[in-house]
Amino acid sequence: MLKIIDISKTFNPGTANEVKALQGVTIEIEKGSFVCVLGTNGSGKSTALNAVAGSFMVDEGRIILDGMDITRWSEHKRAGYIGRVFQNPFSGTAPGMSIQENLALALKRGKKRGLGWGLPKHVVENFKKLVAPLNMGLENRLENPIGKLSGGQRQAITLLMATAIRPKLLLLDEHTAALDPKTASKVIDLTQQVILKDNLTTLMVTHSMQHAVNLGDRIIMMHHGKVAYDFKDEDKKRLKVNDLLNLFDELRRKDNIDPAVAELLKEQYV
Amino acid sequence: MSLLIGSFTIGLILALLALGLFISFRIFNFPDITAEGSFTFGAATGASLIVAGMNPLLASAAAFFAGLTAGSVTGIIHTRFNINPLLAGILVMTALYSINLHVMGKSNIPLLNVTTIFTWVDNFSVWISGAGSRTNVLGWDVAMKDIWLLLFCLMGILIFCILLWWFFKTNLGTAMRATGDNDQMIRALGVNTKAMIITGVALSNGFVALAGAMLAQFQGFADVQMGIGMMVWGLASVIIGEAIINDHSLGFVIAGAVFGSVLFRLLVAIVLRWGLNPNDLKIITAMFVFIALILPGLMQNRKKYTFKKKIHA
Ligand SMILES: Nc1ncnc2c1ncn2[C@@H]1O[C@H](COP(=O)(O)OP(=O)(O)OP(=O)(O)O)[C@@H](O)[C@H]1O
Ligand SMILES: [Mg+2]
Repeated sequence: MLKIIDISKTFNPGTANEVKALQGVTIEIEKGSFVCVLGTNGSGKSTALNAVAGSFMVDEGRIILDGMDITRWSEHKRAGYIGRVFQNPFSGTAPGMSIQENLALALKRGKKRGLGWGLPKHVVENFKKLVAPLNMGLENRLENPIGKLSGGQRQAITLLMATAIRPKLLLLDEHTAALDPKTASKVIDLTQQVILKDNLTTLMVTHSMQHAVNLGDRIIMMHHGKVAYDFKDEDKKRLKVNDLLNLFDELRRKDNIDPAVAELLKEQYV
Repeated sequence: MSLLIGSFTIGLILALLALGLFISFRIFNFPDITAEGSFTFGAATGASLIVAGMNPLLASAAAFFAGLTAGSVTGIIHTRFNINPLLAGILVMTALYSINLHVMGKSNIPLLNVTTIFTWVDNFSVWISGAGSRTNVLGWDVAMKDIWLLLFCLMGILIFCILLWWFFKTNLGTAMRATGDNDQMIRALGVNTKAMIITGVALSNGFVALAGAMLAQFQGFADVQMGIGMMVWGLASVIIGEAIINDHSLGFVIAGAVFGSVLFRLLVAIVLRWGLNPNDLKIITAMFVFIALILPGLMQNRKKYTFKKKIHA
């Protein structure tokens, strides 16, 4: 479904702030696969997701979605096929507009927006059925501005919005990180339901190893802009939180050795 | 009384300007100074075409399109070349000054012995109520002609308000509002936000230019200077409207802009009547808008401050 082929991205190239955020990342994801992406802060997880979503153009490499080469597509064109939920609950909804207007906007994802009425009655009726299962009492507040909702409620709605029209690919970037543990687990449950129901191909960035172990069928661990580990199928099923912690430790140890080794080599050769 | 009615009428005409600035400033958060140039551009286009013998309705429509063009240039400069909104507006406003002089051929076009939209309204009032007829409104003696003018402007602005309200409730209009509210979100829903901004700024300047064309026809001349200070004027209307109508739903905000425009015009007529030097009008307007802009923030700070005091007490 998604082929990320050897993509690289350097921010602020040639300046003091140069960051090699992605250094040749290759990931191939089958249709219906649910992939959790782990990695330390700054390892390039968000950058990888943003590269797929088209927030910026990659320097090198190609991105193929369902057979379409989307490498040079604009962000809004890709959005026709990709649903997204961001880490910041403020990012995924228009705060000044009502819940129903936000949902109506999502129902037109990737479609032509013309001069038809934005909130037809039959559509609004459906919204009640759509948000009722959230058990957040939102079905009676559809006309309230979304800005008045809590972060958890917003993320739940954003998730509904991202999947209101079945996306070929769902990108979740730490979408529960800003929520309290109870709300976070509620949103994670909802995430799992939504993904299972439509058998969505999903890339989910998370810092929760528990979530990574419990959810999905694959774990990718990123480090310094590269894929460090990739566990599928049986390997992934065997993986426990402790194993992941050990892997993180191993990466950290390598980091600590690397500069020392580099120093040693320098002394020998320079 | 006829001063009052005159102010009402001009206030309604300039409400078109307020609606334009409402689109750029409130919907798109785009401080668009192109308005200063496109107001004159509309007046210049409308007046020149009318003098050349064009039907005034068509000439006004042409003024609207002139504004659309000016606004889309600003929008394109901003979105395609990543130039800050204010700077993009200043560039187009400056360029428009020369363009306006070219359109007009001189710095002032009188519209005295030509047919304007308001000539039609005058003729209509003569046809309905007879020439020079007067009536009594709340004890004041006023010309029927002025009342018909007022009613005409009221009807006109009502139609534009409804059209605008309807437009911003359509799928396209909703996407535009979302662009101003959270562009990241609406891009993730497949909307080309650059195209939305260009269209929005164009529409805004269309309204502003139409306001210019209507004012030129109402006062009987177009002047190359008439756009100066119009952006702040429109902003003042929008801000006053928001202050009176404390409701953020679309319909109320649009109505607020119209109320604000009329009220602001009345305010100006009153202070001028009191003997304010007309030369000081712009500085007063600027100060007024400044205060209106900082007032909500100040009040919030005060609230926070008293709240803090309560906690510490
Ligand atoms: N737009 C940008 N401009 C400059 N540098 C950037 C930009 N986006 C990301 N970076 C840098 O790229 C690197 C990778 O960032 P990224 O956000 O992908 O990390 P991450 O794995 O998502 O981390 P976290 O877990 O903290 O979210 C970081 O060093 C970051 O500072
Ligand atoms: Mg991140």
